[in-house]
Amino acid sequence: MTGPATLPDQPPEQDPPLPETRPHLGHALASEWTKMVSVRSTLWTLGALVLLVVGIGLLAVGETNDPTGFTNPPHTAAAVFGLLVGQVAVIVLGVLTVTSEYATGLIRTTLTAAPDRARVLTAKYLVFAAVAFTVVSASVAVVGIASMIAVDSPQAHQTAGEWLAALTGCLYITLLGVLGLAIGAVVRHSAGAIAVMLGLVTLPPVVGGMLTMWDSLTPLGNLIIRYNAPVAIMQMFGLPTSEVGGLPGNWAQLALIVAVAGAAVAGSYAVVGRRDV
Amino acid sequence: MIELEALTKRFGAKTAVDNLSFQVKPGVVTGFLGPNGAGKSTTMRMMLDLDNPTSGTVRIDGKHYRDLSEPLKHIGALLDAKAMHGGRSAYNNLLCLAQSNRIPASRVGEVLDLVGLTAVAKKKSKGFSLGMGQRLGIAAALLGDPEILMFDEPVNGLDPEGILWIRNLMKGLAGEGRTVFVSSHLMSEMALTADHLIVIGQGKLLADMSMAEFIHQNSRSFVRLRSPQQEQLKDLLHAEGIAAAALPDSGALEVDGVASEQLGELAARHGIVLHELSPQRASLEEAFMRMTADSVEYQAHAPGAPAAGVGGQAGPADAPAWGAGAEATSKGGR
Ligand SMILES: Nc1ncnc2c1ncn2[C@@H]1O[C@H](COP(=O)(O)OP(=O)(O)OP(=O)(O)O)[C@@H](O)[C@H]1O
Ligand SMILES: [Mg+2]
Repeated sequence: MTGPATLPDQPPEQDPPLPETRPHLGHALASEWTKMVSVRSTLWTLGALVLLVVGIGLLAVGETNDPTGFTNPPHTAAAVFGLLVGQVAVIVLGVLTVTSEYATGLIRTTLTAAPDRARVLTAKYLVFAAVAFTVVSASVAVVGIASMIAVDSPQAHQTAGEWLAALTGCLYITLLGVLGLAIGAVVRHSAGAIAVMLGLVTLPPVVGGMLTMWDSLTPLGNLIIRYNAPVAIMQMFGLPTSEVGGLPGNWAQLALIVAVAGAAVAGSYAVVGRRDV
Repeated sequence: MIELEALTKRFGAKTAVDNLSFQVKPGVVTGFLGPNGAGKSTTMRMMLDLDNPTSGTVRIDGKHYRDLSEPLKHIGALLDAKAMHGGRSAYNNLLCLAQSNRIPASRVGEVLDLVGLTAVAKKKSKGFSLGMGQRLGIAAALLGDPEILMFDEPVNGLDPEGILWIRNLMKGLAGEGRTVFVSSHLMSEMALTADHLIVIGQGKLLADMSMAEFIHQNSRSFVRLRSPQQEQLKDLLHAEGIAAAALPDSGALEVDGVASEQLGELAARHGIVLHELSPQRASLEEAFMRMTADSVEYQAHAPGAPAAGVGGQAGPADAPAWGAGAEATSKGGR
């Protein structure tokens, strides 16, 4: 700073004059956290998610009093119906986390204040992922525990492995949102990014099924039918879809989404880092 | 201090900013003037490292923007008053900016107070009027108490009171020794605010001089003559070697560089009746329009009017060219 006493009217204990340490990721995280909690869209999307997962989950728990009528899934499986719809809310929140800044022009203000674009993006990813994972897994936990209390049957179960698998499912859904955020950062347009994500989540089962109509494409079709978001989520919550055999393990499903989201995140750093805002 | 060196920005085939070099110095308000599409906003975005220059460099206090660790404490900018999230309160909009630059939250209240928005601090900025939005943007620029301030068309759409407020604010900031850089396409506004002028047209530097110098060079004075014996008067002036231009509509003559006394005496000596003999001073707005006339991008062509004569009271057709380089000669100013 050139002038003397640049910030005269600030409390001295909060403004140490020297040495001037650089602001770090923590400050960017605080800023992103404020952004996340100070807009309505967060409340709407996460509220919808909780209502869907807990609401539909508790309904399902109420209907599973006759355990013989079902293939004996773990308690947390009751959350999967709400999650299959609720994943859209997570995706929308992920997309809006970044596209709302482009839509309003706020991104220019943000990057003027914090020219290290990678740091801004990192803070966005971390805050979004933490919030989404926490809310998704808390909703699942509520449904699982409610089921453990309500369903009184010798066949009912929830092993540690099944809890872990459910958590893997929550992580999977969080990563779908991270993928949405990455695509949002690249395309800068809410509707566009949401459309791409909805396509990615809903089309594979349909496309995979269609491909199996041709003999030569059947192997590809079967592959797509096994590796897609709804199948992965159902499988992680202990509801394997038995249409095609040879389902990959949970870790393979997780590895796939980590790879896809990771590539998109890397792409977003590269694009946002050098593009004109 | 902001330094630009051969700054150039091309969008495809279009050169928006063309080899601009100038300095913005502390302690004065520097006006950045140019017609629509001249490249003012693009230049400012490059100064803030939002757009990448095609070539050339910008330095803020000798550093690249990206190397400023807490930029808001060096430079505050108002690019677009709407560049806030409308769903967030005024307070929260500023708070997230403050947090990223380690500015204490108490400062948010201070700047809101400074711009007079304390009463609506908790209201969503979506509902703000144009003037309130502008004030919020200015509050954001002042947040880090920066030494350099940059405003892109801050008075656009404001009422006279708002304009006066911003004008005084900018002068006050410059008076404290800060660097104030403000863009506008209104010369008349700049004449009241700026101490120094940088004029661009189609991305090129047209003038870089003090306001006083600009006024001195460009406030062309001339004498308007009207006479029922216009042809005789014309012949007389011609015989005396005085260039006169006839205005197409009013039938008046305009004479550059000869004092009105001299013209009156000359007419009297030859028995020519004068209905009007009035010294005139071209407005700065007109001077600015002349300077940028060749580089106006989106020009309305009024039917019948020559493209260059933008101002209502256009000068003589054979007036000296007020072109680039600002070496235009202005004679006869008494
Ligand atoms: N992102 C962009 N892509 C393509 N062309 C652009 C872009 N941004 C600006 N331009 C062009 O660059 C030129 C300069 O635009 P700029 O907005 O900098 O002008 P300005 O001086 O701010 O004008 P105004 O007074 O209207 O705000 C214009 O011709 C504009 O069309
Ligand atoms: Mg502009």
